[in-house]
Amino acid sequence: MNGIHDMGGLTNFGPVRPEANEPVFHEEWERRVFGMSMVTLAFLGPVDRVRHSIERMDAIESLTTSYYEHWLHSVETLAEEFGYVTADELVTGRATSAAALPHPAPNADMVEGLVRGGMPATRDVAVDPAFAVGSKVKARNIEVPGHTRLARYVRGKTGTVTAVHGCHAFPDTAAHDKGENPQPLYTVRFEASALWGENVARRDCVLVDLWESYLQPLDEG
Amino acid sequence: MSDHDHDHEHGAPPNPYHDSNRSEARNRELTERVAKLEALLSEKGLIDKGALDRIVEIYENDLGPMNGARVVARAWADPAYKQRLLDNATAAIAELGFGGLQGEHMVAVENTPEVHNLVVCTLCSCYPWPVLGLPPGWYKDAAYRSRVVIDPRGVLADFGTAIDDDVEVRVWDSSAEVRYLVLPERPAGTEHFSEEQLAALVERDAMIGVKKVQPA
Repeated sequence: MNGIHDMGGLTNFGPVRPEANEPVFHEEWERRVFGMSMVTLAFLGPVDRVRHSIERMDAIESLTTSYYEHWLHSVETLAEEFGYVTADELVTGRATSAAALPHPAPNADMVEGLVRGGMPATRDVAVDPAFAVGSKVKARNIEVPGHTRLARYVRGKTGTVTAVHGCHAFPDTAAHDKGENPQPLYTVRFEASALWGENVARRDCVLVDLWESYLQPLDEG
Repeated sequence: MSDHDHDHEHGAPPNPYHDSNRSEARNRELTERVAKLEALLSEKGLIDKGALDRIVEIYENDLGPMNGARVVARAWADPAYKQRLLDNATAAIAELGFGGLQGEHMVAVENTPEVHNLVVCTLCSCYPWPVLGLPPGWYKDAAYRSRVVIDPRGVLADFGTAIDDDVEVRVWDSSAEVRYLVLPERPAGTEHFSEEQLAALVERDAMIGVKKVQPA
């Protein structure tokens, strides 16, 4: 979807303003939201689905709420969509029915194991990459109705592959229960002039990680 | 250029929805809403309080930029380690005991007199948690995520960082599950520093690439 979360290239949000001596969390409720988001991944994940639940927020609401409010929205939205909670229960904070959970909630040891071990995105599948380091490629100019990691600012733009990362699970389908469809992931280098226009007299560039489905050979038209 | 000097030069962002500017009334509302959600999810069996407490403790206390600083210091002190870091950052970082969630596929990018790297996630706020901890607010804010890809030098100026015109600026947009760590340039005057002394010089912002490591 073409959402406000996809903001690369906008220039009117003002200067970046670092906060001096910023704490990890500003409020106790932020701690709880962070923790809830992490431990409910076991029920509400994969992470692609979670990211998409934030992308689906109303655009104005999204811009006028803070980061952990987005995460809070995500947990509430997905828990309700899965049928684990109802809208009424979210209002009262009291359960009126039991949730049909596929497994028990992860305990502290399991969560610690998740943090230490991570969730690798790579999959061991025999797929020959279509492109190699040095390949000239074009990011497809496509509109994806659901979740995608193909940012608008690179669509239709031409770049050069600088790295091949093996096969990674594909977010566009993984977010929507349509399978992981692991496929080659590339880093593609786009020159600033190719992205932003020839009036940008700079040597600068942006390097973006893109799945094979997002790319076409340059000579494909 | 930025309008940095007009207001709030050292203050919090002006956006009233920013963490540091939220009203007390809004905080109370959120506190209540979150407490209800936690009670409900506990009662329903979706969360284990011990697990929740533990994960908050890990990210608030155990993981942070001190980990990344050790990686950078080791790379500065040991050329063989630096080469391993540039060849396979995930494995080299694991040598120091760091890795896991949001650091499964690490890439280290080296700043040199010719190239300056910086890192962003324009689509959300992806960040290398095992080596840097959770990201600062500005990294998650629209101002940084939107502008750094189109005007990296303007954003660097917001941090007081000037990059010469003949240096190439490379912006890495973490749009997949690969996470990037900037290996800053080692400052002059540190030739006789121990690894511990070197690590003490390396701040978070230099490993994101918005600042340089200052001379000792």
